[in-house]
Amino acid sequence: MSGLDRKEDAVRRMLDLRHLPLPPGLAARAAARGGRVLRRRRAVRAVGWALLAAGTVAFCVWAALVEPWSAPSLWDR
Amino acid sequence: MRERRAARELRRAHEFEEFVGGAGGRLLHVAALLTGEATDGAPGPVGGPHGPGEPVPRRHEAAERLLTAALAATYAAWDRARGEDPYDRARQELATRYARAARRSGSPAPGGVLAPLAPQERLVLVLCLAEGLAEEQTAALLGLPVERVRALRTRAVEVLLGGAPRAGRATAGPWRTRPRRAGS
Repeated sequence: MSGLDRKEDAVRRMLDLRHLPLPPGLAARAAARGGRVLRRRRAVRAVGWALLAAGTVAFCVWAALVEPWSAPSLWDR
Repeated sequence: MRERRAARELRRAHEFEEFVGGAGGRLLHVAALLTGEATDGAPGPVGGPHGPGEPVPRRHEAAERLLTAALAATYAAWDRARGEDPYDRARQELATRYARAARRSGSPAPGGVLAPLAPQERLVLVLCLAEGLAEEQTAALLGLPVERVRALRTRAVEVLLGGAPRAGRATAGPWRTRPRRAGS
């Protein structure tokens, strides 16, 4: 087991390279992109709610006009 | 309502910038290890001291692209993920995005110190050894069984130190248990 540990230490040293400099403006670019994602998500959600509301209104209007629950049965005539 | 949202966005942008300023370097290092763009600077003896004024070759576009995408996703989840560690989130995004890209395009132009490793082996090695994650955490992060992570880790170490022969890319197993999306 200690052999593996020693090997892993060697690999760890291999990975311990010089860190790259953070490119300027990276945070701003990522934030702008993330903000676009958020806005798009918000827009999709708004459209979904609008469709749901429109569907509900349409159903209510149709139900009020047609009154499907009050259809007379054949025996009542 | 509108002012509240504006205030929230301002605070989010501020916190995010602070986070990237603090953790961005380490995340870029992880990304560069994955994309094979982490180098020792100038070619020469490993670990040799380089002067501070020495120009560093800047060839890490893929790492930068990967990190930008991961950070953008972290930003988008910022308000929902209050209380979570944004670093964990960003690292998770890095790993999943790298895995997805590697799966889609086969092997993405390997290079750097981890050149002989398959994408899965790279991921496990970077997460376990460079980032110091436990095998269980790595397994959860990658959606792999712990035994598989352990095997990948051992194998990656062997390959890197020149012990095991490279057995092609056929070692790549299933990434996740869920089926791949159809029509890709």
